[in-house]
Amino acid sequence: MIDVIGYARRGLRALVAPIDFPLLLITLTIMAVGLATVNSATFDGNHRLGAQAINMGVAMVVMWLVARLPPQKLMGIAVPLYVVGLLLLVAVFLFGIKVNGAKRWLNIGITRIQPSEIMKIAMPLMLAWYFHKYEATLRARHFIVAAVLLAVPFLLIAKQPDLGTALLVGGAGFYVIFFAGLPWKVIFGLLAAAGAAAPFLWTMLHDYQRKRILTLIDPTSDPLGSGYHIIQSTIAIGSGGPFGKGYLNGTQTHLEFIPEKHTDFIFAVYSEEWGLAGNALLIFLYLLLVGRGLMIASAAPTLFTRLLAGAITLGFFTYAFINMGMVSGILPVVGVPLPFMSYGGTALVTLFLGIGILMSIQTHRMLVKK
Amino acid sequence: MGDFHNPEGDSDRFRFRLGAVAVLVLLAFGILFARFFWLQVLQHDFYRTRAEDNRIALIPVVPNRGVITDRNGVVLARNYSAFTLEITPSQVGKLDETIDALAEVIDIQPKDRKRFRRLLDEAKNFESIPIRNRLTDEEVARFTAQRYRFPGVEVKARLFRQYPRGKVGSHALGYIGRITERDLKWIEEAGQLANYKGTDHAGKTGLEQHYEFELHGETGYEEVEIDAGGRAIRSLKRIPPVSGNNLELSLDVRLQAITEQAFGDRKGALVAIEPATGGILALVSTPTFDPNMFVDGISPENWKELNEHPDKPMINRTINGAYPPGSTFKPFMALAALETGKRTPQQAISDPGYFTFGNHTFRDDKKGGHGTVDMYKSIVHSCDTYYYVLANDMGIDAIARFMGSLGFGQKTGVDLGKDDSGESKGVLPSPEWKKQRFKKPEQQKWYSGETISIGIGQGYNAYTPIQLAQATATLANNGVMFRPHLVRTIVDTKTGERRPVEPKPIRDLDLKAKNLEVIHRAMVGVNKEGTGARAFAGAPYAVGGKTGTAQVFSLKGAEYKAHAIKKELRDHALFIAYAPIENPVIALAVLVENGGFGAQSAAPIARMVLDYYLLGKLPAGAAREDPAAVEDDNEE
Repeated sequence: MIDVIGYARRGLRALVAPIDFPLLLITLTIMAVGLATVNSATFDGNHRLGAQAINMGVAMVVMWLVARLPPQKLMGIAVPLYVVGLLLLVAVFLFGIKVNGAKRWLNIGITRIQPSEIMKIAMPLMLAWYFHKYEATLRARHFIVAAVLLAVPFLLIAKQPDLGTALLVGGAGFYVIFFAGLPWKVIFGLLAAAGAAAPFLWTMLHDYQRKRILTLIDPTSDPLGSGYHIIQSTIAIGSGGPFGKGYLNGTQTHLEFIPEKHTDFIFAVYSEEWGLAGNALLIFLYLLLVGRGLMIASAAPTLFTRLLAGAITLGFFTYAFINMGMVSGILPVVGVPLPFMSYGGTALVTLFLGIGILMSIQTHRMLVKK
Repeated sequence: MGDFHNPEGDSDRFRFRLGAVAVLVLLAFGILFARFFWLQVLQHDFYRTRAEDNRIALIPVVPNRGVITDRNGVVLARNYSAFTLEITPSQVGKLDETIDALAEVIDIQPKDRKRFRRLLDEAKNFESIPIRNRLTDEEVARFTAQRYRFPGVEVKARLFRQYPRGKVGSHALGYIGRITERDLKWIEEAGQLANYKGTDHAGKTGLEQHYEFELHGETGYEEVEIDAGGRAIRSLKRIPPVSGNNLELSLDVRLQAITEQAFGDRKGALVAIEPATGGILALVSTPTFDPNMFVDGISPENWKELNEHPDKPMINRTINGAYPPGSTFKPFMALAALETGKRTPQQAISDPGYFTFGNHTFRDDKKGGHGTVDMYKSIVHSCDTYYYVLANDMGIDAIARFMGSLGFGQKTGVDLGKDDSGESKGVLPSPEWKKQRFKKPEQQKWYSGETISIGIGQGYNAYTPIQLAQATATLANNGVMFRPHLVRTIVDTKTGERRPVEPKPIRDLDLKAKNLEVIHRAMVGVNKEGTGARAFAGAPYAVGGKTGTAQVFSLKGAEYKAHAIKKELRDHALFIAYAPIENPVIALAVLVENGGFGAQSAAPIARMVLDYYLLGKLPAGAAREDPAAVEDDNEE
């Protein structure tokens, strides 16, 4: 007699063992909302519903695979991944292919890869590993080394030029340094210095970058250019009102006023159809996500896992905040997708790598303590 | 900073920081929520009305591109309006089926489909792409009747660029083509992205690219009310576009056409410059191409043919071909010798027909040598030995310094292409250049033996025809140097203002009059009694000139026999000239690839150009053509 039930039970246990259910439930809910919105956005043109569902499936397999790895394994790949990412960034700098005038891609024969995407994960891994290694002897110089480890990829990505991604990668690294205990004095000092340097930085920006910022202050100054996006997306949000126009009824969306409506501007579509109530729900979901992430960080047993969980969680928050801020017209237009909502496979895989790492930290907690 | 390490405190501090972050996150989302509350509750009425009004679509109205005319007002590039049939791929489900169905209504050739595919690959999102250009009125009527069958397909009136003179002057004019992703980045960096809404063509090479933002104009827009289905109901407001600025060239298109004819099917380049202004009178690179082919999107066959043709018609040899100047370098060498005091005009050498340096023998063209040679004779009879000795005496640094001041080995900054990215620098040989050019230390060293052949314009020397023309014009203008340029005046269509382009010289080399006099006299001698005498026999004007032959291929001491050598390996023929000598109004450089001796093939072209420009004399056998007549043929 074969113990079918026993096998099934053990199989199921192996399948669910690395999963953190609260986290899974939250992301699945956001993704369901996202899927419905992608459907609405691409309803009368090129349908993207199926493709996005496939993206999500693939991304979740990635999540499960990563979640199974114990954090020690993650520590083992931190340095190699960072080094590979860095070498690839240097390779991009030297022989990258120019797309739209920016060198972001590397041709590796079969396909093209965008090494800056790797850095979004490799950067917090590396820095968390570094602080963990020197945990017992942490001195000011370690923070300086960490700052260098952060600055090199940051500058390489900013040089491509891809300021948006550079800021996200730099942010992820900064969060690790912050959680590692960067003194408040230094943080406020840096903020003050940044404030003082702002006029200087302003002169270093490209004309078109300055224009984007000025457009934010007065969108009507550039009605055919990027001001158009902001004007149209704020109209979409504002006209949604307290309760929205109803699913598939967003006029702004369906009359093609919203650009990139299934990717970076998907929030405008959602907000028009579900109104303030819908927005409150979405913000609540993101809060739950961040909250769960911070809980995992708080309960994490080692410095490495604490720092990593904290930085990844804040990364999710940053994406969501920048995207919604941009679409609602309080932040400049930069190419950042809305996490778990926007259409696109690469971004989803990177996001679920992060979720997988959080789950790995949470579900392997007990093992470490023993 | 003190206490970084406190294992007990670490965990507490971490939790405290988590708390601080949580507060920050709440605050940030609070700000977002406040923003949403503002937009969706407090300002809701305002935005609801906006959304309802947002049946108002902004439709860009593309401006007329500026017109390009030559120095006599002959139109070289203009626009005409025609109907196109366009498909918006994002609104069409199955493209192939739609095109098949369309083909039953309107004639669609396989080449139209291929071009459509190619444009589709290059296209920006959400734009409409032409499947057929230049619809007849009947075709427009036929499609309109069946329009309901084809959502996402429409007839549009578009402006097309037209180059009435076809192949003539195409390397100067360049052409426009559909905007690609790369062009978009360029446009964005110029801060022009919004202005290009609705524009789908931009300059790709030549003047069309260099003056893109002058020629384009300001896009206007129309506010159109649309119904829920997205169809336009009525126009509410119209901000008209402002046409692009017109360009008036210094180029003389008749001279250009005659020069191109003079080349026949030979490959080569000619640049003629007005010495007193730097204005380019003719800029010829053969073979040439018809820029009209690019306007509708060139067919893949034509593109392949142009690109893979062994004669490389798409290369603008005037700015991208770098050639050794051969003996046309000698007058400049002589001038350098006078200016640096290395020679007096009277100093003479005795020429045995060769010059020995170390254990290497440098040969003169003439076996047995030219006998006693002073500076005048060295130029008139193109004596190599004189310049071997001179180069050796001057040294590479002095040569490089003087030639650099004449613009050799530097981009001229001519107004072709994007910035000066399309122009080649050529090679002005010097020890520094060698150090940069080669990687291995043993190759980086400059050997004094290498200086010798620099003196006769061979060795590492490589210059573009436009550099050679600029140097000749500078010599003709007694050392006052201008940046060569094609556009004489930009006419602002908005204000009517005429902006002249660079009438100011870029530098004065401060050459001594008596030295210039020596060179001028010798160069006139070339065409009277020297190597250019046959080509200029009977010319009623005094003309300074110099022949040149540039080695393509080293014969290692063997005798040069043109007929025994494959055509691609034959020497390049060169000629520089300026006239009339008293007050030159034209200076030029001619290069005929694989043309053999300069005196044989390059000098006669220079003669034809000068005869036409100075005397109005048409070359024998040249088709008499009246540009005005050609223009009439193209009138719509």
